[in-house]
Amino acid sequence: MLRHMPVTAMIGLLLTVLFLFCAVFAPWIAPYSMAEVVGNPWEPRSAEALLGTDNIGRDLLSRLIYGARTTITIAALATILAFSLGSVLGILAAVLGGWADQLMSRGVDLLMSIPTLIFALLILSVMPSTIAVLVVVMGVLDSTRVYRLARAVAVDLNVQDFVEAARLRGEGRTWIIFREILPNALAPLIAELGLRFIFAVLFLSSLSFLGLGVQPPDADWGSLVRENRQGIVFGVPAALIPAAAIAALAISVNLVADWILKQKTDLKGGRSG
Amino acid sequence: MADQLLDIRNLKIEATLRPPGEKPHDVTIVEDINLSLPRGRVLGLIGESGAGKSTIGLSPAGYGRGGVRITGGEINVNGRNILELGASSMRALRGKEVCYVAQSAAAAFNPAHRIMDQVIEATLWHGLASRKQAEKRAVELFRKLGLPDPEHFGERYPHQVSGGQLQRAMTAMALCSEPDLIIFDEPTTALDVTTQMDVLAAIKEAIRDTGVSALYITHDLAVVAQVADEIMVLRHGKMVEHGETRQIIENPQQEYTQRLVSVRSIDHTAKSPGEPILTVNGITARYGKAGIGKPVLDDVSVAITPGQTLAVVGESGSGKSTLARVITGLLPPEKGNIQFDGRTLKAALKQRKKEDLRQLQMIYQMADVAMNPRHTVGTIIGRPLEFYFGLRGRKQRARVIELLEQIELGPEFHERYPAELSGGQKQRICIARALAADPKLIICDEVTSALDPLVADGILKLLLRLQEEHRVAYLFITHDLATVKAIADSIAVMYQGQVVRYGTRDEVLAPPFDDYTDLLLSSVPQMRVGWLEEAFSQRRMEAQGN
Repeated sequence: MLRHMPVTAMIGLLLTVLFLFCAVFAPWIAPYSMAEVVGNPWEPRSAEALLGTDNIGRDLLSRLIYGARTTITIAALATILAFSLGSVLGILAAVLGGWADQLMSRGVDLLMSIPTLIFALLILSVMPSTIAVLVVVMGVLDSTRVYRLARAVAVDLNVQDFVEAARLRGEGRTWIIFREILPNALAPLIAELGLRFIFAVLFLSSLSFLGLGVQPPDADWGSLVRENRQGIVFGVPAALIPAAAIAALAISVNLVADWILKQKTDLKGGRSG
Repeated sequence: MADQLLDIRNLKIEATLRPPGEKPHDVTIVEDINLSLPRGRVLGLIGESGAGKSTIGLSPAGYGRGGVRITGGEINVNGRNILELGASSMRALRGKEVCYVAQSAAAAFNPAHRIMDQVIEATLWHGLASRKQAEKRAVELFRKLGLPDPEHFGERYPHQVSGGQLQRAMTAMALCSEPDLIIFDEPTTALDVTTQMDVLAAIKEAIRDTGVSALYITHDLAVVAQVADEIMVLRHGKMVEHGETRQIIENPQQEYTQRLVSVRSIDHTAKSPGEPILTVNGITARYGKAGIGKPVLDDVSVAITPGQTLAVVGESGSGKSTLARVITGLLPPEKGNIQFDGRTLKAALKQRKKEDLRQLQMIYQMADVAMNPRHTVGTIIGRPLEFYFGLRGRKQRARVIELLEQIELGPEFHERYPAELSGGQKQRICIARALAADPKLIICDEVTSALDPLVADGILKLLLRLQEEHRVAYLFITHDLATVKAIADSIAVMYQGQVVRYGTRDEVLAPPFDDYTDLLLSSVPQMRVGWLEEAFSQRRMEAQGN
């Protein structure tokens, strides 16, 4: 399976693994701790600070590595929440049909009709910006997208003969959702998973950039951009480095997701086979 | 050369397979095919699915579906080798000298255009006639093909006419440009028997009147025997036998052809009915709101004896599948009730007890969508064992393998996925899944109609044997009367939601017939030359007699 991996997927996987490695082993890799001041503000690259220093003289590389941890953890948790919630409720709506489906789908429509960022800002200005609140807010808002996809796929699958056969056997809803429908809905959902994770990273970065995301002294990549944005005026590239990290993560995860999707649909036992 | 319209020599056709995770490799689909067709003759190409009959059939149009390539030999149409022609000469050939009639006319017509525009399109494109002349010719063809209101038929859109009419319109499309050769690719396979007979007769007459040559591709030997002058039997891309129609039907030389000819000759002695296991009493059912429109089932009553088979016969739209939905509880009826094994079954599926569900199993027409593609055969057959009997682990596995043996498949199938099985094997797995529940009644909904005749025969034999061994009753829904004769103990003939004839097999299949049963019975193609003419002349006589 790995031998026939395309080059793009290989690059994507390499970068993704690198980012994950940074996130997991941050305290061991980072040359300094998160909040340690090592020099003057916006010092250029040097042997002490490989990527220079930030607006108050902390090591940018160390903050970037710790930032990877925060960004990836929150985005991953939010995506997992969005997925569990969205796909289970979406398939459930398709299986139940009738008024239950109507109620859930209209509720989701309602949530989606409010611009996500504004809605999130609204909630976060009332609630404390802790990691748990961020994860829940992002997860619930994102789950609406997953819900719609899962429901659309499941409605098609729900009328297939093999689901009817399970129903005639007397199977309960749990079996039908998790054993009959979910395995067949997995391919489009996994493609969506990669995409959703990236949106979560971008969303979190936007929130942090606006000051309502991760709070100082902790920092994710979005807050790093925020802290250093004034440097651009003086020709200091400190804000561009975390921005580039966001872009690199987004592209590499997508490359991997594309490849997994292709593998999934090609697998034996697929409906296309 | 001039008298041979079509001359194919040493035809070889290959395709490239690209299985995931493996290097792409070439496979030979068709090899060593030689045939020649004089003007005005009809050649039948026959074989089961995968025999390469459509691939060969399409080759005179220089066309290969989905990456199929003609890699060897020559195809001479009107004396020139079309494999040497360029793209523009090829375009001049298609639709002018060689025309094609597809299996599913409903899918081959563009729903957004009127029938007339599509019928005369090729003729106009090739500049063979003015619009006025072409339309006049199309109307003539509509009349010849027995389409209703031929002057205005072409003004309709494809969805406004029936499937049989559309198939005839497609034949008119092919004939309109006065081609030399028409390729018919299973033109009647998707139609009801009664419609099939009309379309077949229309095609035959049109071929005779216009003097066109034709390649007639089908898997049904009885059908091709009615229209073809000669028949070529194909298997695995190679020729098995080629000869005059009469010789192939009456005196087949090869063992494979003999099997094809003797297909559908299964017989069993019908048992007489006893105390019924399932009684359907006065069922009326409809889709949508109660009391609105015509019911799909109108006061239907039938009964099934344990260990016996009730066949429900009718054309599409007669309500036979709806009857199955009512019995299984998927569609609660408006009126009437169902007695099963001495108790009244609840109308809706949700209210029924697990035991009722277990004793009443179902087998579907399309085996490949009736199984979850992500489950292994072991899970598919094992789940009912676990669900109804609590069998798990090693015990479950042993029982699954036992069931696999009963359906004549080996234990190696345990780990396979549905996509790794052939059509016949899939249907066998579905039978094993039903059998795993140890039911008293199995509803078989058109279980053989998607299969090749030889494979279908095997399934029928298996069902008969299992009935003998397990004393299970079948409710056998089908539109194919040959299957009914083979398997039924009693028969119910349905027409527009009502049971028009009901009784033991011998009663139902013996005269005097009612009009509908008579029509249905006389429409089943028989495996002999000249059946079509006889059937029609008999109908004409009857009509005059009335």
